Amino acid sequence: MAVNVAALRSQLETALAGRVPAPFARRSIQVETAPFNIAEIDKLTGGLPHGGLTEISGPFSSGRATLLLSALASRTAHAHVCALVDGRDNFDPYSAEAAGVKLERLLWVRCRNIDQCLQATDLLLQGGGFGLIALDLSVLPPQAVRHVPLNVWFRFRRAVENTSTILLLLDQESNAGSCASLALRLGLESSRWAAPQTQRTLFFTSCCACLFGGSQLHVELAHSRLKSATGDHKAQSFTRMNATSHVANFRTKTMWSDFRETVIETK
Amino acid sequence: MAFASIYVPDFSIQAVVRTELALQQQPIALVDGCPPLEKVVAVNQAAARAGLGLGMTKSQVQQFIPIAIRLRSRVQEQAAHAALLDLGWSVSPRVEDTAADSIVVDLAGLTRLFGSEETIANLLAKHASDLGLIVYVAVSSNLEAALHAARGFPGITVIPPGEESKRLGALPVQVFSPPAEIIETLERWGVRTCDALAKLPLLELSERLGQQGVQLHQWANGASLRSMILAEPKLCFEEEMALEYAVEELEPLTFLLGRLLDQLCARLSARSLSACAIHLLFELDASCDNESSPPQTPPGRLDETKTYEKLLTLPVPMCDSKMLLKLLRLHLQSDPPSAPIVHIFLAADPAPPRVMQEGLFLPSAPDPEKLELTIARLANVVGNSHVGSPRLIDSHRPDAFQMCRFMPPRDAPRIWQKSTGVLGKCGPVTAFRVFRPSPRAKVTLREGRPVHISFSTMHGEVTAASGPWSTSGEWWREDAWHREEWDVEINRLSVSSTNAIEKSPSAGPPKGVYRIYYDLMRKAWFVAGMYD
Repeated sequence: MAVNVAALRSQLETALAGRVPAPFARRSIQVETAPFNIAEIDKLTGGLPHGGLTEISGPFSSGRATLLLSALASRTAHAHVCALVDGRDNFDPYSAEAAGVKLERLLWVRCRNIDQCLQATDLLLQGGGFGLIALDLSVLPPQAVRHVPLNVWFRFRRAVENTSTILLLLDQESNAGSCASLALRLGLESSRWAAPQTQRTLFFTSCCACLFGGSQLHVELAHSRLKSATGDHKAQSFTRMNATSHVANFRTKTMWSDFRETVIETK
Repeated sequence: MAFASIYVPDFSIQAVVRTELALQQQPIALVDGCPPLEKVVAVNQAAARAGLGLGMTKSQVQQFIPIAIRLRSRVQEQAAHAALLDLGWSVSPRVEDTAADSIVVDLAGLTRLFGSEETIANLLAKHASDLGLIVYVAVSSNLEAALHAARGFPGITVIPPGEESKRLGALPVQVFSPPAEIIETLERWGVRTCDALAKLPLLELSERLGQQGVQLHQWANGASLRSMILAEPKLCFEEEMALEYAVEELEPLTFLLGRLLDQLCARLSARSLSACAIHLLFELDASCDNESSPPQTPPGRLDETKTYEKLLTLPVPMCDSKMLLKLLRLHLQSDPPSAPIVHIFLAADPAPPRVMQEGLFLPSAPDPEKLELTIARLANVVGNSHVGSPRLIDSHRPDAFQMCRFMPPRDAPRIWQKSTGVLGKCGPVTAFRVFRPSPRAKVTLREGRPVHISFSTMHGEVTAASGPWSTSGEWWREDAWHREEWDVEINRLSVSSTNAIEKSPSAGPPKGVYRIYYDLMRKAWFVAGMYD
């Protein structure tokens, strides 16, 4: 079989010689990226690809919105105009501002169902000119998102191709599949609760005077089509790779956690 | 020094035709008066050739099958006259408003800008065509000669200095619009042309016809001298249309609005201006009451007087009629009038056109005109109040913000700090997701601390809690709040099959951090949102 494939390949190459240079050569395109502004994730992924679809999936409290706000803050700080299609009207402008998002550069579309979300995303992509368009379906029931035909994600990917727009999709489970240039899976490792020095006990979680201080999150690089600036390919799939090479952990903090000194983790 | 006179033949008819271009090649009769005593007040040449005459009744005209009959519209005549003045001001600030159908433009100093006098005349005729008017233009160094030549000669006429008498000679004396008795007298004398009138001895003419005769003699010689009476330039761009039949559907309404917007934009362009806002006013058919319309009247509608108003404020000055029509249509789709429309009034607030050079180092941004259209389309999908830019309100009330119109600033980026959060030195700020509205929860307390919670389709054990954090405010208002908030970590979440968080083997045991609160006003627990 292998011989036949090789023979067929050489036949095709001979037939196409002069018309198509190297028809079976994989073309790797150097993609420009924008940083998440989270060192661990930037190191792992190389950043958000321009002109591509990035999918961030994970369960509740896994840090998807944190990543979204970080990306929005990064883009709006560079004077890009961004748009957020909010699947269930869950966006909190206060935490966005605390994360550094320039709200005057953010177009917020508050949808009620998935049809509105897809329609709004279509309109924004047609409009063009946005630095980042985020489609947040992470609070919608996964069944509803699962029923979105695959060609929708293909269409979205095609719409941003060859543009400088970053399309970000947030959901509970991966749906875009191979349409995504970059797919990340997030999870909550632990949450951190800060107690005042005087009340620091082993059983601080029972003490109501402690404060929620942030989370320890892990991120898994599920899929990437990017070629890094140094020239090495990010793997297409990570099934054959060392498990530690595509996983990273990072910490988040709360708006008030800088005021607390003691941080004790709960497991 | 030269003057250009612009004359609109069949002015009343052209005022109607300019908003209904399909009528341009058809015979038209304008009727005026109270039904059923309507009489013909104007006909175009095609209608005159078909045998129509002034003073015929409407029923007589209806015998001529291919004749288009329209009501004389004074509002459209006013709009056409305003367009004619705009045409004059498009080339010179010195314009005389001579009559409803004619103006005079001072061409002094314009040859350096536009070229020869003939070129200017051609330019004026072209601009007039853009405004939907067919005009006759005459250029002469004598103001009155220019006026009379424009009325007498079709097309473009340029009279060289000193040849006024010779060129006007062939015109009939009726071109001066003298009183009927003078025409009769001149007819009896056998004087029918300007040339014949100019050859009459002035003294004897004065004895028989008085000062009017002297003036006619001067006009026929092209020797009348008078100063221009300058019209004050106005920045008033309004177009109206009274409809014979009420319009109910959006499609025909869009068609009519398109015509008016075309005219409005042509007038703005003629003055090198754009529109920064469009005022729309519909007069509604008072006899039709739409009972299915909502009882609450949104702002902008005045149902008592049966009118419908809308103000379309544009983010940047625009002069593209197609773009404006799309925007108006989208706004009308989202908020349609409550009754059929019988009268349309459209006005534009003029503003200097957008002149802007983008910075070299600015990132690309949506085109403001396209962005406005996108936002209008989005508003059509999700509602007006659900699109925009959030603005925080200076209040302690939870989730207090307002939606503002999205107008991104076009300044250069100012990156003072790393975008990892304004507070930041160790990691990004945890985002919060607000549940709107807050779902009611069942919370079990032990020693004053929540230990179990269930809400919507989820329930689980509380493994860590922080609180209660008391907050209250605005007790003087009806929507005062008083609540005790808790941040809780919930473990072993379980979810029903309809709205499921499905357990993923890679995600580990599902847990989440939520903010819940006890509402002391309503005596119930709610879930404010989730840290994500």
